[in-house]
Amino acid sequence: MSETNEHAHHIVGPKVYVIILFALLVGTGLTVWASFIDLGPWNPVIALAIATTKASLVVLFFMGVKYSGKLTKLTVFAGIFTFLILVSMTLADYISRAWGNW
Amino acid sequence: MPDSHAIDQSAAAGAHSAHEEHPAYLRHHFNSTEQQADTANFAMWLFLLTEVMFFGGLFTAYLIYRNWFYQAFVAGSHQLNVIWGTTNTFVLILSSFTMAMGVWCAETGRRRGLVLCLSLTFILGLGFLGIKTIEYSEKIEKHHVPGFHYSLQSFVDPASDPEVYKEYHDKALPLDMARHTELYFSLYFLMTGMHALHMIIGIGILGFMIYRARAGAYTSGHVTFVENFGLYWHFVDIVWIYLFALLYLISRH
Repeated sequence: MSETNEHAHHIVGPKVYVIILFALLVGTGLTVWASFIDLGPWNPVIALAIATTKASLVVLFFMGVKYSGKLTKLTVFAGIFTFLILVSMTLADYISRAWGNW
Repeated sequence: MPDSHAIDQSAAAGAHSAHEEHPAYLRHHFNSTEQQADTANFAMWLFLLTEVMFFGGLFTAYLIYRNWFYQAFVAGSHQLNVIWGTTNTFVLILSSFTMAMGVWCAETGRRRGLVLCLSLTFILGLGFLGIKTIEYSEKIEKHHVPGFHYSLQSFVDPASDPEVYKEYHDKALPLDMARHTELYFSLYFLMTGMHALHMIIGIGILGFMIYRARAGAYTSGHVTFVENFGLYWHFVDIVWIYLFALLYLISRH
């Protein structure tokens, strides 16, 4: 696992942080702007897509996962994957039953 | 884990000969500062994943109930002020940026820069909570806090709430659906409240770190505490990015 050592002290510089800050601010402006347009069922889709893009930028650059070792990358991926399984199976259960007002 | 060769080296050189060569902050059960840093980073991510599951449960509950009582959740979310929500999103993103810059200052040994960045993060965090307080007090005034004094007036008679009415022109909800707006506000206060609690804890730790950083801590090689706190602060930022989208933005029409 020598590549872990190579990444251990990678320092992300201010230039990257400024670019990401700018992207996050633009993303926020974009998602607010989109919320003022009536797109029917696409409003939540667009809002969540932009939120996920912003969250990915934060995870990859501010939290430095892009520059981390394989252990961190695998941990983060496995965690998010498990979370998505739990959410999608719970929602699938609610959608596929005759209870409530679905 | 990362350096099996380090074990060979210390075994060859004798167990104690490397003792004077390592930094004081290296714990003796680690082979190297890299291994120690990797371990702390790994552990912090495991903690953050438990936090993902915790907030994830709340988000899932919100999604299920929103689909179940859709009109009540739409009417409830119309009570939120998008301008305050947007302002707070900008404040929190800026604070994430100053935190990231703080980590960089610590890693490159800039003591004054670190104190400045941590202080800015501290102030922006307080600003976020201040705006949240304004929002909460609006809900309290309108009796939209779940409990004995909860009022359905804005939902069974929307015209009685002119500020919201002139923006959305909501139709009156039938009483049984209007009652479910209380569920919307329960989840609203639970989710934003848990998020605010994380902010308060974070601001407390920031205060401690500013105090320590002024005395010269974190800028002489041992940056684990600042780095891991940065991960926590960015995680809290991510939670808000989703809260903002789900609570404020998706039900405007």
